Amino acid sequence: MSTAVTSIEELATQDYKYGFVTDIEQETIPKGLSEDVIRVISAKKNEPEWMLEWRLKAYRKWLTMEEPNWHNVHYPPIDYQEIIFYAAPKPQKKLNSLDEVDPEVLATFNKLGISLDEQMRLSGVAVDAVFDSVSVATTFKDKLAEMGIIFCSFSEAVQNHPDLVREYLGSVVPYSDNYFATLNCAVFTDGSFCFVPKGVRCPMELSTYFRINAANSGQFERTLLIADEGATVSYLEGCTAPMRDENQLHAAVVELVAMKGATIKYSTVQNWYPGDKNGKGGIYNFVTKRGKCAGDNSKITWTQVETGSAITWKYPSCILQGDNSVGEFYSVAVTNNMQQADTGTKMIHLGKNTRSTIVSKGISAGKGQNTYRGLVKINRGATGARNYSQCDSLLIGDRCGAHTFPYIEVRNKTATVEHEASTSKIGEDQIFYCKQRGLSGEDAVNLIVNGFCKEVFRELPMEFAVEAQKLLGVSLEGSVG
Amino acid sequence: MATSTTRAAGPTPFLDYFPVLAQPEPAWLAELRAVARSRYAELGIPTSSDEDWRFTPVGDIATTGFTASTDSSAPLAEGVTRSAGELVGPSAASLVFVNGHFAPALSTRGVVPGVSVMTFAEALAERSDDLRNALGRAAKFDNASFTALNAAAFSNGAVVFVGASVEVKEPIHIVNVGGGELQPQAAHTRALVILAKGASATVVETFVSANAEDVHLTNAVSEYVLGEGASVDHYRVQLENFEAYHIGTTGIVVGRDANFRSHNVTFGGFLTRNDFTSLLDGDGGECTLNGVYIANGKRLVANHTTIDHARPHCNSHEVYKGILDDRGRGVFNGKIFVRIDAQKTDAKQTNQTLLLSDDAQLNTKPQLEIFADDVKCTHGATVGQLSADALFYLRARGIAEPEARTILVQAFIGDVLDRIRVEPLRAALGAKVPELLAFKTGCEIPLDGGPPQCR
Repeated sequence: MSTAVTSIEELATQDYKYGFVTDIEQETIPKGLSEDVIRVISAKKNEPEWMLEWRLKAYRKWLTMEEPNWHNVHYPPIDYQEIIFYAAPKPQKKLNSLDEVDPEVLATFNKLGISLDEQMRLSGVAVDAVFDSVSVATTFKDKLAEMGIIFCSFSEAVQNHPDLVREYLGSVVPYSDNYFATLNCAVFTDGSFCFVPKGVRCPMELSTYFRINAANSGQFERTLLIADEGATVSYLEGCTAPMRDENQLHAAVVELVAMKGATIKYSTVQNWYPGDKNGKGGIYNFVTKRGKCAGDNSKITWTQVETGSAITWKYPSCILQGDNSVGEFYSVAVTNNMQQADTGTKMIHLGKNTRSTIVSKGISAGKGQNTYRGLVKINRGATGARNYSQCDSLLIGDRCGAHTFPYIEVRNKTATVEHEASTSKIGEDQIFYCKQRGLSGEDAVNLIVNGFCKEVFRELPMEFAVEAQKLLGVSLEGSVG
Repeated sequence: MATSTTRAAGPTPFLDYFPVLAQPEPAWLAELRAVARSRYAELGIPTSSDEDWRFTPVGDIATTGFTASTDSSAPLAEGVTRSAGELVGPSAASLVFVNGHFAPALSTRGVVPGVSVMTFAEALAERSDDLRNALGRAAKFDNASFTALNAAAFSNGAVVFVGASVEVKEPIHIVNVGGGELQPQAAHTRALVILAKGASATVVETFVSANAEDVHLTNAVSEYVLGEGASVDHYRVQLENFEAYHIGTTGIVVGRDANFRSHNVTFGGFLTRNDFTSLLDGDGGECTLNGVYIANGKRLVANHTTIDHARPHCNSHEVYKGILDDRGRGVFNGKIFVRIDAQKTDAKQTNQTLLLSDDAQLNTKPQLEIFADDVKCTHGATVGQLSADALFYLRARGIAEPEARTILVQAFIGDVLDRIRVEPLRAALGAKVPELLAFKTGCEIPLDGGPPQCR
């Protein structure tokens, strides 16, 4: 056992693989936040007047709000005047092909193993790569455009499709929603925009890689995804970030709108810098994600694998407004060393015969603290609503914590709500069984953990499932004691 | 342990109220009361911005103008006391408190060797040091304003000492009667039960009203301290009228290899809030917290339980069942803490609720906080209605629908009620279920306790 433990510990304590800083020219503005900063951001992005007004409205609201303290995560107070709210690679001339992208940027992506051209050629994935806050390359645009699908950076959408943006921006997460979302509304720099027209089934997985780079620059992304009647789309979001000593704030907003009969699948792999063993550095990930099943028979699926960040604070939610609409949430959250995660979902049942499924797997190792926090709300009109929730926690080591805070609110007698939670550890007997069959200790842990998460990985698109398993291997194989 | 959320200080009624005491109190108690009073003044009556009280609106308590009477002469107390006594059957001792004051004429105390059943005033005179060591140990008031208010304001209460290895066979019954006066009454009642090593006892706490109309407030704090290997079978039966406000706090400290087993039944009250806090303070301790409640009309029943696994090798079991009808509201908040190094913990929690009306509302939050790895912790919560299949099955066998409903409701709630070991109590409470839901099921229970008669 002891040799296995040594190698496992080595693995568990290994350095963050993706810790490097790409040295490219950054265009930044002085740190701090004020109306002037927002005007500068807006002007740099050449935004129309209504967009600026919306930002300022959010900023004024934000000034009146208090930072939330109900969550089960602890961190020193954030000084919002110490953050640089805008960082973008110096604008290049219009790009026609990948060859024109800054070679250093391309090299960065290659280090991450997501070579754009290879993905383009082999996997048929259209990648809208977000480097810091500005999109630097967009692929497969023509092919998507043929089908009427709009997939572009948020700034482009504001320029080219202002009507769509204006109609849906803030329709799911209003500007006054919560502290971090409101901050995002005021200062967001870029993000992705996607519109899938009526009856169109998007022929490929859409994906975006987010990457935080410039030191001290908070990342404020915004994603807006609309699936019109009968449309189907699958969206992938994956993240890595370089090593930094100062905590970096990330406050993103994701809004999904599914019209009648539409299906949206939104998958995330999040592997930002978690800080070192002593909890120094690491990303603060405060994200508001929400989808609205606006039409009847619509469906939204959130799948997330959260292995990174010093603090993860996100609750991908579904508002089930249309009759017979379906919301799903599948999550794996890993906390190792000093990481903290407070994550879960909200399922708001408004329409008749709405259904929701929640499967949450939390894994804690080292001194990690993992919290599931969820809300299932059945409103009066949600006749025949159905919810099934399952939260399982796996504890590795005796200094970590697993917590569950499920809120259930029911106001309709025909509703059926079930919630189950369990906590367990990797048994010595399980390890013994595997080792007896010739597996090493670490392989055994890997096998057991992957088995524990299988229900969630099954929901991930192929490309992600492989990456997710690898990630778990790195961040977790840890600590059989 | 998790830190509580920030509090907004609420209103502070009762601040000018001082308990009327039969005799001067020792300095330690006076000091305890002073600390509790200033803590209450800081906290005030909780508001909805307090996470723990979000779904339990108690603002009315501050505005109703409750007063506290000075004696136990509620005219109607005798009749209700007699029927409360019949619930339990033969008892080892029965102490009756009317609006928080001891009623010697209604109480009976048999002699069981090794057992002292006293009022607080008597215990203060005879066993002041024991009281000093135990009072406030199981029910802390640092963060609980009603417990602080109780500590500052209680005038009397029941104190039970059970000596080492003594087994009390028949139940010890503590009856609290509220109301029956011209003004709305506030009773701050107290119970303290201490078991020495290897002792065992059955304790029933019953809460009733003097009549069906009077608005009254019960702010009860009960403390149980179990020594090594001690065992308590505890019943908390709340049958107050549908106008009553009831805040009940039960604090439990379970010693090594000790076993606390509780059944908490709430069939009465307009607004009821029960807090159970159990600290498993020795290796091998065991704690069972079960409960049933019915909230019909416009009533609200909130149950908050906390089981704190502070030591290894402890087990806890919890089953709470609720039935919501009309505009009834139910709240369940069950916390299980497993502290660092409390290995080999086995904790199981179940919360099931039956919704019989579209206007009923349920808020439940079963909560786990675990800081040790070698543990088995599970919780489950379900909300639903009576199964259509089960109803069809019964009707296919010639059972009318109202009767079939009654059978299913009784089966649902019987899961917990059947575990009550005091036989008369089990039968009496079982009979009250269809009685409470009569207008809904169309069935009435005959007075002689026979099968339900349905229209």
